[in-house]
Amino acid sequence: MASAVMNMITAALDWVTVIFDAPLARAVVFGVHIDGHLVVEVLLVAVILFQLTRKSYKPPKKPLTEKEIDDLCEEWVPEPLHPPITEEMKAEPPILESAAGPHTVIDGKEVVNFASANYLGLLGNEKIADSCISSLEKYGVGSCGPRGFYGTIDVHLDCETRIAKFMGTPDSILYSYGISTIFSVIPAFCKKGDIIVVDEGVHWGVQNGLYLSRSTVVYFKHNDMASLESTLEKLTRENKRAEKIRRYIVVEAIYQNSGQIAPLNEIVRLKEKYRFRVILDESHSFGVLGNSGRGLAEYYGVPIEKIDIITAGMGNALATDGGFCTGSVRVVDHQRLSSSGYVFSASLPPYLASAAISAVNYLEDNPSVLTQLRSNIDLLWKGLSDIPGLAIASHPLSPIVYLKLKKSTGSSKSDLELLNVITDRVLKEDSVFIVSTKRSVLDKCRLPVGIRLFVSAGHSETDIHKVCDSLRRVAALVLV
Amino acid sequence: MVRLPYLTALTTLFSYGLLFAFGQLRDFFRKIIDWFKSSSKDLKGYAPICLGLEDFYTRRLYLRIQDCFSRPIASAPDAWIDVVERYSNDNNKTLHRTSNTTKCLNLGSYNYLGFAAADEYCTPHVIDSLKKYSCSTCSVRVDGGTTDLHTELEELVARFVGKPAAITFGMGYVTNSAIIPVLIGKGGLIISDSLNHNSIVNGARGSGAAVRVFQHNNPSHLEDVLREQIAEGQPRTHRPWKKIIVIVEGIYSMEGELCQLPEIIAVCKKYKVYTYLDEAHSIGAVGKTGRGVCELLGVDPADVDIMMGTFTKSFGSCGGYIAASKEIIQYLKYTCPAYLYATSMSPPAVQQVISAIKVILGEDGSNRGAQKLARIRENSNFFRSELQKMGFEVLGDSDSPVMPIMLYNPAKIPAFSRECLRQNVAVVTVAFPATPLLLARARICISAAHSREDLIKGLEVISKVGDLAGIKYFPVEPPKHETQSHKKLE
Repeated sequence: MASAVMNMITAALDWVTVIFDAPLARAVVFGVHIDGHLVVEVLLVAVILFQLTRKSYKPPKKPLTEKEIDDLCEEWVPEPLHPPITEEMKAEPPILESAAGPHTVIDGKEVVNFASANYLGLLGNEKIADSCISSLEKYGVGSCGPRGFYGTIDVHLDCETRIAKFMGTPDSILYSYGISTIFSVIPAFCKKGDIIVVDEGVHWGVQNGLYLSRSTVVYFKHNDMASLESTLEKLTRENKRAEKIRRYIVVEAIYQNSGQIAPLNEIVRLKEKYRFRVILDESHSFGVLGNSGRGLAEYYGVPIEKIDIITAGMGNALATDGGFCTGSVRVVDHQRLSSSGYVFSASLPPYLASAAISAVNYLEDNPSVLTQLRSNIDLLWKGLSDIPGLAIASHPLSPIVYLKLKKSTGSSKSDLELLNVITDRVLKEDSVFIVSTKRSVLDKCRLPVGIRLFVSAGHSETDIHKVCDSLRRVAALVLV
Repeated sequence: MVRLPYLTALTTLFSYGLLFAFGQLRDFFRKIIDWFKSSSKDLKGYAPICLGLEDFYTRRLYLRIQDCFSRPIASAPDAWIDVVERYSNDNNKTLHRTSNTTKCLNLGSYNYLGFAAADEYCTPHVIDSLKKYSCSTCSVRVDGGTTDLHTELEELVARFVGKPAAITFGMGYVTNSAIIPVLIGKGGLIISDSLNHNSIVNGARGSGAAVRVFQHNNPSHLEDVLREQIAEGQPRTHRPWKKIIVIVEGIYSMEGELCQLPEIIAVCKKYKVYTYLDEAHSIGAVGKTGRGVCELLGVDPADVDIMMGTFTKSFGSCGGYIAASKEIIQYLKYTCPAYLYATSMSPPAVQQVISAIKVILGEDGSNRGAQKLARIRENSNFFRSELQKMGFEVLGDSDSPVMPIMLYNPAKIPAFSRECLRQNVAVVTVAFPATPLLLARARICISAAHSREDLIKGLEVISKVGDLAGIKYFPVEPPKHETQSHKKLE
């Protein structure tokens, strides 16, 4: 046994000697005599280098045990679903007891109503009411299904053709609710990686659509064409591979957060220069601007084909509900399968679609109602020019007359409280119903708050004088 | 759950592969033709609105069977409808209306309690309210859009559903999209069922919270997901979640299944998470007095934190509601964007819901409500059992008025739809993307307005067409009287 081990050791030692005596071990490389021990040292250095290049040792992660998970679940305390309720949250809006026309009844008293966007005075129109009644008797109230599954009623198709004919576009598509129009249209066309340039004063519907589209959103200063031009310039310069990226400019015709009107001729010039597409939200300008009420494009004399996508809610001038989107055939057809508010939602109730058709017919037959609206707005402007403490901040042609505080208190919350005091007193003491702008917690718009008056063609001169006198009186008491 | 046999899966995949190959071939030829024709100068420098593959499905697959969808009707969506005939000159690319209509049995509209057409109690009230309040308020709820009809409706809905307070909106889709971002934001977690409706998915995405999905109708998987998420906390920072909401639906409209509500509520209570129940299809249609899945499955409404529903399906109107505690509703009225920025619900539609709820509760002085509820339950159970006896693969639980019949193969979709229309029965077929690619189906919605004869006619036609299309995947059950006569002989 011992001799076998001795034999093995001698054999191993012989092998080592052979290696050391190998020709390599006696080589002379570059004048350096290589001995056997050099081989060992080279090997050692190689091993050290190898270890240095390995990652440092990390102990493996141990998953949590069942007991630990149980403990964590026990300890976890969720926040309540709603924050503590403050006094201002408990305020209830005034309850109307009759139709929201130029005169309405609140709490049994008749008041002058400047809070409904009934621009053409079509609320309570006989012809429209008759068409609604015949529609209700034929079709019932709801349409009981989305457009793809027997919810398409022939009045919907008639309404779409009528609106397209009125606007001068090839086709249009009907949505069942005003605010869902814009936040379904934007994600249908704008996907991740596209660029959208948008005014900072747009309303929540547009903001939600932009967020859902996951595109890159760049804001420019409210209604400032120089800011728009510099933003477009910067974006086109930086993005050289802009062939596959779609670029959009989103603006509103009449901004509901400020009453300003977007200068469409400037925007179209910039869009053609920098190759952007325009999405225009005409909720408050359809049926109001232009000689025959066809909206912003007619007012500025821009051919309607230059605007790629026009959306509008019908809950304002047309005195019904729902919305539409119009544009080229490609634009409209694409939405029929990929716009979520169209595909996954029940269609517009048929009586509202027939009301829309009657309203458009009325507007086409009686363009004098637009001149009446314009003279009312002028009269109101004259009357409100000397209110102490409040200044008019909207465009002279806008049917939304926006009053701002001349001297802000510093925070929009206290501004709003002050304005609410004014509107409450005006309602209680003078029976005039006006409203301040209330913002949601989710709204990103930072424009100043104010009082909005919605002028209608159905208001008489006495109504307008009444609201001016009342505001003058109350503002003098509260603000000065 | 759907059991997809291997042979059917193979043939379906083969069919789709063939359609895809032909579509690509056509696209290739289209590219060559377009290269010869010069594109107009206006579009130079603009990226196309739809890049090549984005609407491949629309152009090459959907357009071939476009006539099965969006069929216009010329009457109220009642039990029998007048479907407008359409023709096409260019192989289904564009469809043109004619003025001819065919009277068909309506098995596709969501008209569960039969309030769709003019109703003897509801319509006079609706017309009165139209004359008094006109068809819109042109104003948002918080400004001048709240009439006494709206407050009456909110109190009535809260009473009907069994919660302290409610808030209503003009559209069901907007209800989900605008409420979920208010209740939860960044730092919160939403756990939603894998087959939830698109409005819930959009609301969850718009809120900014993290979203996780649990397997459809599987309370044990929900528990696993909850344990894992609470233990891990927010991704990367591992801070605890601010709050967690679980969103489920009462009846899933593409499966016809009821939610396993008692188990899910038990899991949620154990882990202190909030629950949101979307009863779009189940309110008014199931339950002994029509109060929805809570009544049917014996769950106390106080255990569900937020109950949402729509008025489109069972009440024949439009709009949606949320019912919850008084504080939550007050907070929503203060800050919900749909309350502050969206036109309020049209007053005649509000009156329709008020009258419909009064009929269901029996407060109109008759027992039509109880009759309707009994009839829809009988109709659904009768129809479903007959279909299963004939050998069709029908999904859904008993008592649910929604019953999908599996088709699988893409060619059977237009075959079933067109053949049924030829025999005067209007059905709805659903394919990708509303359902998974291989699981196309035809969906039947039963209404209380269907009479027994209507249902028998519908069954005959579906059976004949089912034989032609080859969708009777299960063996036919022998009729009962044969087995009884066998017993008598022995």
